[in-house]
Amino acid sequence: MKKFQILTSRLIPLPHNDVDTDQIIPARYLKVIDKSGLEEGLFAGWRYLPDGSPKPDFPLNQPQFQGAQILLAGDNFGCGSSREHAPWALVGWGIRAIISTSFADIFRNNSLKNGLLPIIVDEETHQQLFAMVADDPSTRVTVDLDAQTVKLPNGREAAFPIDEFSKVCLLEGLDQLGYLLKNEEKIAAFEQAMEK
Amino acid sequence: MPQPKTLLQKVWDVHVVAKDQASPSILYIDLHLVHEVTSPQAFSGLRQKGLRVRRPDRTVATMDHSTPTLSLSLALADDMAVRQLRQFESNCSDFGIPLYDLEHPERGIVHVIGPELGLTQPGMTIVCGDSHTSTHGAFGALAFGIGTSEVEHVLATQSLLQYRPKTYLVNFDGQLQPGVAAKDMILALIAKIGIGGGTGHVFEFAGSAVRALDMEGRMTLCNMSIEAGARAGMIAPDDATFEYLAGRQFAPRGAAWDAALDRWRSLPSDAGAVYDKSVTIDASKLEPMVTYGTNPSMGAPISQPVPDPEQEADPAKRAALEKALRYMDLQPGRPLTGHPVDVVFIGSCTNSRLSDLRLAASLLKGRKVADGVRLLVVPGSENIRRQAEAEGIDKIVRDAGGEWRYAGCSMCIAMNGDQLQPGQYAVSTSNRNFEGRQGKGGRTFLASPLTAAASAITGKVTDPRTFMS
Ligand code: SF4
Repeated sequence: MKKFQILTSRLIPLPHNDVDTDQIIPARYLKVIDKSGLEEGLFAGWRYLPDGSPKPDFPLNQPQFQGAQILLAGDNFGCGSSREHAPWALVGWGIRAIISTSFADIFRNNSLKNGLLPIIVDEETHQQLFAMVADDPSTRVTVDLDAQTVKLPNGREAAFPIDEFSKVCLLEGLDQLGYLLKNEEKIAAFEQAMEK
Repeated sequence: MPQPKTLLQKVWDVHVVAKDQASPSILYIDLHLVHEVTSPQAFSGLRQKGLRVRRPDRTVATMDHSTPTLSLSLALADDMAVRQLRQFESNCSDFGIPLYDLEHPERGIVHVIGPELGLTQPGMTIVCGDSHTSTHGAFGALAFGIGTSEVEHVLATQSLLQYRPKTYLVNFDGQLQPGVAAKDMILALIAKIGIGGGTGHVFEFAGSAVRALDMEGRMTLCNMSIEAGARAGMIAPDDATFEYLAGRQFAPRGAAWDAALDRWRSLPSDAGAVYDKSVTIDASKLEPMVTYGTNPSMGAPISQPVPDPEQEADPAKRAALEKALRYMDLQPGRPLTGHPVDVVFIGSCTNSRLSDLRLAASLLKGRKVADGVRLLVVPGSENIRRQAEAEGIDKIVRDAGGEWRYAGCSMCIAMNGDQLQPGQYAVSTSNRNFEGRQGKGGRTFLASPLTAAASAITGKVTDPRTFMS
């Protein structure tokens, strides 16, 4: 997993609440056996016109948001299916962090395992960020994972929560499976006791 | 006196392998269900790292999402689906995992066959790379969906890193009216608390209306917990649970059964157990429910008109409703009953069990599907298909002008060619009405099997009670 430490980037605004993983990547893109190329299906239903050409007013297609690495999303982002293809597609497109007021549980878990940082901010910061991007699409924020802050251009710092374990894994780029494998003996002992 | 515990706490506590201060618990997983869509990258991960599957005997695989339902051969499947299914076969055989493949007589939707085979048992921890794993909570198991990274974790270590979720007691008191079913209960709950209302929590469904449900209805209820954001829903096991399980293929037998019963009887929440949240719904006041929008919380009693965004005070909700009605092309204030439908889908892990098919058949018997309407009935498993055929349900469906298919996810997720065309309307017994879920540009009204069957007959969204007086 790629390390996540400090990220300064523009924001891509997607002001809808309850964006489900079927929108993030529709099921027709899930017939793959690896993780590559999924970014083509990212927001496919909203991003393309019926003929397959890019829909000009969708933020991902707009020149001012190319290369941006932070998605500014509405409340309860990532609800619905457990498909990890959703964070894979986002990461494949170049997204490294998502700022919202809340995330669905499974999506949040999946993101944390792919170096994609879900950032929960308060309502006021959330609205302020949307206003700033509407005003100036080149607005940049700095995410500091170690300090657990998002720094706004006006100097304001918004704190965000993250559990210590996920934070260390992201900062160091550690795969959580390694941790589980290190506990093999405990797992074996548990199995023995349980199956007796 | 020991602290009173909830059902969730009891199941959780006996599965904690280890708990460090600064990290989540290591939770042992009793049963891991695997399907073709969310597992390939996990198996690749194992291969790259040179790892084995720790407990193939606690792992069960089935093919369901991208499988054809017109025949049991791959001849009609598209190349991508075939490649994925073939890869799945080699993954299962290389790692020694039992697979219910296309030819297997007991194959079916992962959340249908688990209970049906008696694999799903009270007090277990069960996971699958699939959010509707919540279904298995109907037996008093802690069952939840995971992503593919976690599928790899469980394959390799039979364990997961987890924080204990919060608890949310959902009481359904009173007796359901005729024509109202488990599907209507869960749609009513989701409409009430919202699509994120259960986030961070596990539901425990309780109350007289839940006790009165058979196991199939309880599965429908738990199945859609995730549609309110709760990763799991649980129901305390009781005699109905034990009767359902007795004699099933993988259920314990003899002395092991007696021992299991003793354990299972101790699972219900203790009197005085404390929940983080709770809600009570009067089940006797519920009507058949139908969704009008593009997520499962956008639903209402079938007699209600389509809501008007202008009446919505919260700007975010108003915007969401406007966007949904635009996609659905529905007029605010107009009744939903009477709205024309193109397709009726009866199936999915929510409502594809024998009791669901029987209910649908009870209305379809001796009647015809309306002209121009396509009715697709897809049993949840091959077992269910054969049982239904033995009862003549296939004939009732075909005589009515409907299509009777082999088991699979089918039009619930539209990965296998069973799908809506852009702009079409469907009444569907599945669980998600997200934009494009049943096919690009397709529009979904979620409802119960009774409502679906009634709508197939009239060709319009129809209150099933009009057929029942
Ligand atoms: S029937 Fe639908 S919801 Fe259930 S497992 Fe299949 S695709 Fe998922």
